Amino acid sequence: MMVDGTVDGTIREVLGDHGRLAVPVETLADDTDLFGAGMTSHASVNVMLALEDAFDFEFSEKMLKKSTFESIGSIRAAVTEMTGA
Amino acid sequence: MTAVRTELRVGLDLVDVADVAASVAQFGDRYLQRIYTDHEIGCSRRPGRVGTGGAYAMESLAARFAAKEAVLKVLRPVGARPAWRSIELHRMTEGWCEIRLSGTAAALAEAAGIDGLSVSLSHEANLAAAVVVGWSTPRVGGEG
Repeated sequence: MMVDGTVDGTIREVLGDHGRLAVPVETLADDTDLFGAGMTSHASVNVMLALEDAFDFEFSEKMLKKSTFESIGSIRAAVTEMTGA
Repeated sequence: MTAVRTELRVGLDLVDVADVAASVAQFGDRYLQRIYTDHEIGCSRRPGRVGTGGAYAMESLAARFAAKEAVLKVLRPVGARPAWRSIELHRMTEGWCEIRLSGTAAALAEAAGIDGLSVSLSHEANLAAAVVVGWSTPRVGGEG
């Protein structure tokens, strides 16, 4: 279930809750490198699980690559592919 | 003249134990079963404890996650990364661990010519670390 009714809003909320980012999520551009912004590999697991909860799908193995979680834009592309949102 | 050279690759990773504990608390079995093999979960279980949080040694899980990430640094996947469960820290009866690969992880190792992996784990109360070394069998070069 989407948190605020928009894909981007939900992604940002998940990142704020689970991304362990060193900067406020509001300051992130669509293409900001999330790993460069402080997200660890382990935090990206939490982001993945929280996104699955929020959008009610499961990431396929082929999508489990670092590039899927490297930016808000890449996450949105993955979510869109998986849900057709 | 025959040139013989062993290629070594090294991966290192560090994990905050509290992060793992928080993941177990929040996502429970879904987190555990997505990341760790049944063997790894069994090795990290605390006998006599109940409940997902108290039933596991978080530093043990954290060290295993660090080892999986360290293996990925050795394998250097370019596209899709292997499932975490395809990299297993297998604890031998003598107490030390060895790495067992399957699926995509095993295919990446084979493609890279990596013939063996060795791992060392360490943890304190708050941090867990793993170092992995991968090596390739010396290739015979030159004539003959």
